[in-house]
Formats: sequence, C-alpha cells, structure tokens
Amino acid sequence: MANDNNGEAYLRVRNLTKKFGEFTALKNVSLDVSEGEFVCFLGPSGCGKTTLLRAIAGLDIQTMGTVEQAGRDISALPPNERDFGIVFQSYALFPNLSVTRNIGYGLENRNMPKADIAARVSDLLDLVGLRDHAKKYPSQLSGGQQQRVALARALATSPGLLLLDEPLSALDAKVRVHLRHEIKELQEKIGITTIMVTHDQEEALAMADRIVVMNHGVIEQVGSPEDIYADPASPFVADFIGTTNFVDGEVQAGGRVSVAGVAIDCGAALDGLNPGDMVTVCIRPEDVQVSTEGGGAGIPVTITDVEFLGSFHRCHVTPVNGAGQTFGTDIDFMIDLSANRARDLGIREGMAVQAALPPEFVRIYRPVGGG
Amino acid sequence: MRDAAVVEAPRITPKVSSEDWIMRAVLVGIALYLTVSILLPLYALLSKSFKNADGLFVGLANYVSFFSTPALFWSIENSLTVTLLCCVIVVTLAFIYAYALTRTCIPFKSLFKGVALLPILMPSLLPAIALVYLFGNQGIIKDWLFGYEIYGPIGIVMGECFYVFPHVLTIMLIAMANSDARLYEASDALGASRIKTFFTVTLPSVRYGLVSAFFVCFTLVITDFGVPKVVGGKYNVLATDIYKQVVGRQDFEMGAVVSMVLLLPALFAFAADRIVQRRQVALLSARAVPYQPKKNRAVDMTMLAFCCLIGLIMVSILGMACFASFAKFWPYDLTLSLKHYNFDLMDGGSWNAYWNSIELAAWTAVIGTAMVFTGAYLVEKSKGFHSGRTAMQLLCMIPMAVPGLVLGLAYVFFFNAPNNPLGFLYHTMPILVICTVTHFYTVAHLTAATALKQLDGEFESVSQSLKVPFYKTFFRITVPVCMPAILDISMYLFVNAMTTVSAVVFLYSPDTALASVAILNMDDAGDVAPAAAMGMMIVGTAAAVRLVHAGLTRGILARTQAWRKR
Repeated sequence: MANDNNGEAYLRVRNLTKKFGEFTALKNVSLDVSEGEFVCFLGPSGCGKTTLLRAIAGLDIQTMGTVEQAGRDISALPPNERDFGIVFQSYALFPNLSVTRNIGYGLENRNMPKADIAARVSDLLDLVGLRDHAKKYPSQLSGGQQQRVALARALATSPGLLLLDEPLSALDAKVRVHLRHEIKELQEKIGITTIMVTHDQEEALAMADRIVVMNHGVIEQVGSPEDIYADPASPFVADFIGTTNFVDGEVQAGGRVSVAGVAIDCGAALDGLNPGDMVTVCIRPEDVQVSTEGGGAGIPVTITDVEFLGSFHRCHVTPVNGAGQTFGTDIDFMIDLSANRARDLGIREGMAVQAALPPEFVRIYRPVGGG
Repeated sequence: MRDAAVVEAPRITPKVSSEDWIMRAVLVGIALYLTVSILLPLYALLSKSFKNADGLFVGLANYVSFFSTPALFWSIENSLTVTLLCCVIVVTLAFIYAYALTRTCIPFKSLFKGVALLPILMPSLLPAIALVYLFGNQGIIKDWLFGYEIYGPIGIVMGECFYVFPHVLTIMLIAMANSDARLYEASDALGASRIKTFFTVTLPSVRYGLVSAFFVCFTLVITDFGVPKVVGGKYNVLATDIYKQVVGRQDFEMGAVVSMVLLLPALFAFAADRIVQRRQVALLSARAVPYQPKKNRAVDMTMLAFCCLIGLIMVSILGMACFASFAKFWPYDLTLSLKHYNFDLMDGGSWNAYWNSIELAAWTAVIGTAMVFTGAYLVEKSKGFHSGRTAMQLLCMIPMAVPGLVLGLAYVFFFNAPNNPLGFLYHTMPILVICTVTHFYTVAHLTAATALKQLDGEFESVSQSLKVPFYKTFFRITVPVCMPAILDISMYLFVNAMTTVSAVVFLYSPDTALASVAILNMDDAGDVAPAAAMGMMIVGTAAAVRLVHAGLTRGILARTQAWRKR
C-alpha cells in the first residue's frame, strides 16, 4: 500500500508483523509518512493501530519487519535511542511534579543550562496557553489542560516525530472538538511529523492529511480524508467511515446491475464480472436522490420510518415494486435528506417515493468470500 | 505491496539497552537473594529429613519413626483440633465485629477498630503469659474455667484466638467494605427483610473474604509457636514439637521431619487462599456505590454490646500483662515497681536483647523495604525478560507459605553446613536480618505491587521517550508517589521484626539475643513477670513506631503529596 516511489519518506515502515503468542496483531504492514505530514491510524478497537504506533515508538517492538526514521534503521532500537515524543490516552503526567516540572522533565536530563530550560518551558507554556497554571499539579487541572501539558512535555525536547495515542478520547465531546483544532493548528505551526491513533472517524477526517484505515491487523486503505470518504477501497472502509447502504445486486449484460429489480448503469465498475454474478452495491444515504413524481427513474420505495437528526432527516425505506423485490435480507436502506429538501418533498412515514442511485455515487464490491 | 506478503520480512531481535541490562541484573540479584534465603535452605531441610544423625541417606526411615511414635503423630491431630476450633471461633467473632463496624451505626468505630488491632503489636507469647496470670494456678479469675486447666487446648485456643483476631478482622473489614450499596437498595425495594437481605446479599458478597480469612487463620494458628509454648502444657502440637526436638533433644533430623509435616498444611492453606483471592478480583465493579448503614436501634445496641465485650477482652489481656509486669511479687505483693524491667539481672534476658531487637527491626525495615520495593518495581515495570519476572514473582510468594519455625530450622541446616561458604553469617546479626526480611517478604511485596499497579503504566514509556534513565524516574516519580505504601511496608517489617519469635529462635547467639526470644527464655526459667515486662517493652516500642508512622505518613502526605489534593 505504501507509495514506494517516494524516496524522501521521513518514516518508512516495511512488512511489519507483530505477534503476541499465537495472535497476530499486525500482518505485513508497510507505510510511508512524509516529513511534516499529519497521519491518522483509524480503525475499530483491536485493529492493530495502537500496536503499529507502539512498534514505531519501540515500546513493543515488532516480530518482523523494519522501521526507518530519517534514513536511519531503528527497527530494533529501544525507545530511548529513537527520536519521538508521545502523548498517551491517560497522559501519564507525573502527579507529584508541577506543570512546569512536567514539561521540563525531559530537558533536565540533557545538560542544558537552567536558564535555557526555563526559557524553553516558558515558550511551551505560551504555546499551549497554560502560563497561568504553571505552578499547579496535574490533578488540579481539567482534562483538556492535562492533555495540553502532556503535549507540551512531548514537544519539549523538539523530537522529529510526534506520536499521539488516542489523545482526545478521555475528554468531553465539546473539549474534544476544540482541542482537535488546537492540536492541528499547533502541528501545522511547528511542522512536526505526527501520527495519531484514533477510533473516531470524525476526528481523523477533521485532523489528518492522510488517513490509514486499519482492520484485523492490515491496512485497508491509505488516502486523504476526501478520497477515503468518497472512494472507499473496500466495504469495510465504506462502512467504517460515515454511513453506507449495502444492498445486493446482480450483474446484467451491458454494464448494468439490477438492484431491487431496477437496473442501474455502472459501466467500468463492472470490469471482470459476468452477467449473473452477485455483487454488493454501496451508496451513502445522502447520495440517494429522492423524487415524488411517480414513474420516474429509480426504485419505488415506501418510507417506513423518519428519524429527525437535527440538520437532516434519515428515512428508512423498503421497495414496493410488484415482484416482491428487496434490497437483500435484513437490509435497512437509509436515505438522508437535508431539512430543506425533506420539507420541500413533504416527507412523512408511509409515503411512496422514487429512490434513484446515481451511478457516479454507486460503488460495486465483490461479495466477501464469494467469487 | 500485496506482492511483498510473499517475501519473508527480517525477524527483529530487539536491542537490549544498557538500562534493560541494569534492570535485569538487579532483578536477578534479588531473585538470587531469595533463592539463597529460602529455596536452598528449604532444600537443605528436605534433604536433612532423609538423613540420619551421621548425615547418611536413610530414605523414609525418619518419617517411619515419626509415624510410629504416637507421641509425635498425635501432635498432628492436636494441631488440627485446636486450629480448626480457633478458625471457627475467630472467623465467626471477627465477622460479627466487622459487620458491626461496617454495617451498623454504632459509635466509637475507630476506637473499636484500634482496640481490636492491639494484638498485632505483641509477640504471641505475651497474650499467653497474660492468660497464665488470668487463669493460671494463681490466676485472678481461674474459677471461670470451672476447674479446667488453662494449660492445654483451652489455653491454646484462647491465646490463639486473641493473637489472630486482628489479622482475620482486617480481611473481613476489606471484604465488607467491598459491598455494593445498590444491591441493598434493590433488596429493600423488593421488600426483603433484614434477615433475608443478610443471607441473600451480605453473606454471598463476603464469601471469598470468609474463605480467605479462614485460611489465613488456619495458617497463623497451626504455625504459631508462642502460645502453645507458654500455655500448651503437656498438650503437644507440631510447632512446639519442632522446638522440643531441636532445642530440647537435639534431634535435628526429627525436627526436620516435623517441619516437613507442618509445611504441608501451611502450603495447602496458602495455595487454597491464592486460588480464592484470584477469583475475588472480578467481584466488585468500578461503578459500585459504597454502602451507608442506616440506624436500627435494636441491632446497633446489640452490636455495641458485642463490640464492648470483645474490646474489653482485648484490653484486659493487654492490661493484665501490663499490670503483671509492674506488680512486685504476684500475687502476694501487688505494689507497683520497675524491678521486673531490670532485665540484666534475669536468667535469659537482658537489656542488650531489647537493643538487639531494635537493631534487627531497624535493619529489617531499611534493607527489607528497599529490596522489596525495588524487586516489586522491577517485576511490575520492567520490559521483556518474561522468564525472569515470572520466576521472581513465584519466588516472592514462597515465604508466605513457609512457617517461621520451618524457615529458622532450614537456616540452621543450610548456613551451619560445614561446606557452605556463607557459613560465616551463622550466629550473626546479618543472618537474623536476612531471615526476618525473607520471612515477611510476601506481604510486603504484595503491598508494594498493589501500590505500583495503581501508577500509570506509561510513566516508564514517557520517560524513555524523553530519554530520562529509568532510575531517575524511579527516584523522582515512583518512590515519592508510592511513599505511603513504602512507609506501610517499613512499619510492617519493623513491627514484625520486633515481635517475631518463631524463625529467629533457632538463629540467635548470646551476642545477638532478641527481646522476643528473651520472653521465651525468661518464661521458661520461671521469670514470668520479667517476661511480661519484656513483652510490654515490645508492645510499647511497636506502638511508638506505629504512632511515628502515622505522623510521618500525615506529614509526608501534607508536604510531598500536595498534588493529591484538588
């Protein structure tokens, strides 16, 4: 998955495998991170994202495979011979040291003159906006403030790489949104290469230059947030990032797929498939086009339920065409309509509408495990 | 890159940093210490039990002679009888006492708790001596025994019950504290009576605590030597048999056999307790709500009366010993005097013994705490080296399973062996320190491990990423944050070093006589009042140390742990 042609990658991960006894947490993972880039490892819990981060940090060294940082092979080195700063989910702030001493902890061991340390700590306090709390102990700070102390401590020694392990997941929703902007701004200001582990897709979409989606110890897709959202490489990615409808389809002649008895033009997406093959057809709820004029293009459906979700309505629908057609067994087909659009259409439960699946938004996947 | 899956990536052998080597070396050092101080002596003991007086291997001959001597193997039955009796009595009483302290609204709870913990401050010889003054031939309330004699099973059971009560109570209090108020609310809401609630909520929630208390009580009683030594009379138990075989008859081989016999039930109780405790872990969820007792006049008054009774017994036993130590000539001249405290004039005692005890306790506290805490830190926090850490963890648990007398005798066989290069330690203060540190290693280790487990697991990772060596973080973060636990450990070691008799009784020399052993020897020589006086010296010292510890803990919490406050 890595872009091999990029010779200037700051961090190169090659064929990384990590085994815990019989369990393989990472399978042959390769990845390049460029200098100054903000990369998010995203995936459900147990997907191997934290394992990958800890291997890069040297905290749990991989069983096989290599890691290179700035052209140096660091595969087997202990953490203290590598060059990184790290922020943990728990922050791991030293409870018996003040904010100032916490931030200066890594500097005090480097034969730095006291005055230089004080100056550096002072800069960092300004950077994270904690000047007024310098003398406090961690337990006297709010979660968000603690998080910023941890960040300042990790940045104090000016490392080449910043690792963030679920840094926001212990915080309230509002503080999280605020802090993710702050961290992103800080990262851009300093220009430090950053890897963040998260299970929160929104966080990854908002912060990352590139997202690495992981599942079951392998990388499913690497790409910009826009790419990953618009063009998921696998049903897993489509399902994990945002909301996606998965429906059964059958390939027909002429580059068409039949969904619930209605044929859709899919063109090149069907290369390599033969008429009669079963496929999984994906479309995001907001990409489905709804119209009320009967007889138009699209699948005739009945709205069974409408959920009001603030800025939009989510409609759950079932097909109504005569032949008893369905989207597949146990499939809950959703359509998202903006509040305006829903009002214009007069959406209500029990209503019959046409649901069109525009070919440009439809993606076709071979069924998992099938041909 | 999919094709690369076929290519076998190079296997990585993590580079072991110099810090890792330091950690491993220290860990191996402490493991070696434990090997020399417990494993090898136990092996020496085991092999001794298969040899005759000339050191020739005789197979099971010693065991055969043990089991064919009724006077000896009846001790097994005697030991089990008094032990099981004590277990039933103490666990019941401690359960009610703990129930009163945690589930009712009686007043003076901390006073009652303090009183019940008094026996921890004394060697088990002292309550036995007090029993002699109360119920002995010249005892003030000997009629209360309806003509039965205190010397024998009655005295042993009474003395042991007193001696183990605080240990069992502590376990019961912890078990009771771990109860979830929401269960009681649910029971109330469903209309269950108080009695029904007791049997459906209270008992099930403390069942692991009860089982654990039972095993701890069992181990403490069956291995205790002080009480039966003083009030056992002709009623032989395993613990006194070891002493008699070795000190009285100089029959070391038979002493070794009895030791092995005593080790078995202790090992069994230990293993059973560990299994039960492992299950207890999952019992309490993080969302449990602490139980707040409600007033109930009838129950509260009954419980208050019960606690007063137990408290009175505790105080009167200590008070009796105290008074006896000051009475000029019991029971004829009861004017107070300090003449029994003139230990230098007594047979088997001296002020020197007291100062030796202080010295032993101080060394044990300092060296023991440093070693135990460092060892626990390395087991909990070092990376890699799984085999070493697992082995160390096992080694740390062994001392708890070994009765003091068995340990002491094992030391005799191991360190006094002519070909042992460590033989120079025999009959010195260092061997007493080694023996005592090892004897109490497990509980201290568990305290340290519990405190360390509560620290954020990533402190070490953070300091590695900041390139700060582990030992700096150890001294600047780990030790200060764990200071309350460190003080607890040092106090535990100090008090136990002051009060222990069993292990050191085989190991002291005239130069290193100890206060607790002096009690034993003076009592043996008929100087019972001076024995009580020496006991009071130990109680006073242990109490003073506890006070200092409480003050220190408060001071340190106020000064260095300001961060604990919000």
